[in-house]
Amino acid sequence: MPLIEIRDLHFYRGDRAIFKGVDLDIYRGKVTAIMGPSGTGKTTLLKLIGGQLLPDQGSIKIDGQDVHQLKHAQLYELRKRMGMLFQSGALLTDISVFDNVAFPLREHTDLPESMIRDLVLMKLQAVGLRNAKDLMPAELSGGMARRVALARAVSLDPMMIMYDEPFTGQDPISMGTLVNLIKRINQSMGLTSIVVSHDLEETMAIADDIYLLSDGRVIERGTPETLQNSSSEWVKQFMEGLPDGPVSFHYPGVGFEDDLLRSKAAK
Amino acid sequence: MDGIQRLGRWAIGTSERLGRGYLFLMAILAGVPSTLMRFSLVIQQLYSVGVLSVFLILISGLFVGMVLGLQGYYTLVDFGAEESLGVMVALSLVRELGPVVSALLFAGRAGSALTAEIGLMKSTEQLSGMEMMAVDPIRRIITPRFLAGFISLPLLAAIFSAVGIIGGYIVGYGLLGVDDGAFWTQMQTKTDLYADIMNGVIKSVVFGFVVTWIALFEGHDAIPTSEGVGRATTRTVVHSAFAILSLDFVLTALMFGEV
Amino acid sequence: MRQKKSTEVTVGLFVILGLLALFFLAMKVSNLTSFNDEPGYRVTAEFENVGGLKARSPVTLAGVRIGRVESITLDSDTYSANVVLNLYASFSTLPTDTAASIYTAGLLGEQYIGLEAGAEEEFLKDGDVIELTQPALVLEQVIGQFLFSKAGGDE
Repeated sequence: MPLIEIRDLHFYRGDRAIFKGVDLDIYRGKVTAIMGPSGTGKTTLLKLIGGQLLPDQGSIKIDGQDVHQLKHAQLYELRKRMGMLFQSGALLTDISVFDNVAFPLREHTDLPESMIRDLVLMKLQAVGLRNAKDLMPAELSGGMARRVALARAVSLDPMMIMYDEPFTGQDPISMGTLVNLIKRINQSMGLTSIVVSHDLEETMAIADDIYLLSDGRVIERGTPETLQNSSSEWVKQFMEGLPDGPVSFHYPGVGFEDDLLRSKAAK
Repeated sequence: MDGIQRLGRWAIGTSERLGRGYLFLMAILAGVPSTLMRFSLVIQQLYSVGVLSVFLILISGLFVGMVLGLQGYYTLVDFGAEESLGVMVALSLVRELGPVVSALLFAGRAGSALTAEIGLMKSTEQLSGMEMMAVDPIRRIITPRFLAGFISLPLLAAIFSAVGIIGGYIVGYGLLGVDDGAFWTQMQTKTDLYADIMNGVIKSVVFGFVVTWIALFEGHDAIPTSEGVGRATTRTVVHSAFAILSLDFVLTALMFGEV
Repeated sequence: MRQKKSTEVTVGLFVILGLLALFFLAMKVSNLTSFNDEPGYRVTAEFENVGGLKARSPVTLAGVRIGRVESITLDSDTYSANVVLNLYASFSTLPTDTAASIYTAGLLGEQYIGLEAGAEEEFLKDGDVIELTQPALVLEQVIGQFLFSKAGGDE
């Protein structure tokens, strides 16, 4: 049985449909990647899974519980078992790196301060930033902030972790570091990971299972190998990064010639 | 047509905001019991909301009191009633200027800072991140700030009035030579503990409630961009000023209207 | 997030300062202190006109405050004002023929009741009535009388 089951998910932002019937299964212990062009609502999907947004139709079940039927307290209980890595890191800016990683522990447990210290140092050691523990978030680079956020996300030993665009805007070295970390943490902690991204190469390197989303629907699903050998035009365009294809370079509307002619006629 | 449509849009938008503001307040109040259990969070906010405003309040209160002393003296001396200077200064401060001016200063100093802080936390996904760490940001972040504002303003207003009266005394007795004893005794016979001082305190409690609510709501409801947060900060100051002055009229009419 | 000790201390000082300010307002500015109502005794005085006299106006004897006005009501039979005075118990030796008048402190000041002690040997007790009263001076009446007498004098 999959850890997360998404069935017939519909979501509208105003009049615009973001999801028009999405079905997804995310299996335990695997890294599942959700890919697609910008603006296909990948981040929105994570917020729906985390219960921060309400779907207009359909259901999301995590470990057998329907996220959007839960009461406030139950939802918060569930979230303790979920980690999420935001694009920006979302570190609390007024406290140090150490306090940021300690934050969930201090909020949710009654552990003595000495044990919290050990746990935090362990998590920071895992992301290679133990010696940065006294820095403030403003003093960190983007990649370091994400690693601290990762240490924070796993501080309560969750059953799953969601990564929102973990690779965007990173230099090659910190990109490599993050790819490695995600892979390693997933294996060593037996986590279920969901990675939302449009960085092909890196995502292909870590994902066990990939969903391609476009225009509010799942277009394709499979392992990295099957996708690479897909015959679909759309998948090809996305995988090879061609500028034109089923996804048009031009914003849809009237043709260029028609537009020119029309403006002349108007004169 | 255009004007009517714009009016309609404004009316709908305003009602929606009022509704959201009300729900937000209910969520804040629902968080009060659990926040009281962790009072250290409130203490931290009392520092940034209250303590950091004290200096401003002290200086402003002193000068407002001194100006009242001067102006009052020049008016009263024409009637040979300069002994009443103490009464005038005390009543003006305790009933009106103390609560109102300190609330306006508070909105500018602490209110705008609260809005900017919450707006920034929203735009950098800190609030959202907290939610995903299963920490309710309303209870962890918003309610402690609300309680701190609610507690701080009455104290600040009292400090403002007290310093203002001392300022009026310095000018009246020290500079203009009003009789020392008359200044205090007249003040004491004419200022009533309940009708004047308690009503002034009630006013500042109401203002503290409203200003903090507005500031937190604007921050929480801000469009999460730097421009959106900037605008929300301005709105906090403007809306707070409106709310303070109009509520002051209503409260004054209710409290001092009937004898 | 450890609470810094200095934060706690300054917050403590802030709260103390605020409460001190409130205390100052209550004790030094308001009439709380002059309210130390030592249990007193009540006497009633009937005035033709009380002018601007109010409840809590002072009652003095030879300029010394010895009590305050407790209530003012209209007597519907005599159409005059019934003023109840609350006098401090320590001034219990007022003769029964004491007179009460309503005066104004200064031109614009508040109105108060001035008592003048009489010569009787018996003293006023709780519930007694002061017989000799002089109503408040109403400025318009005084001016009116003055003009009237002027006009009369010319004839």
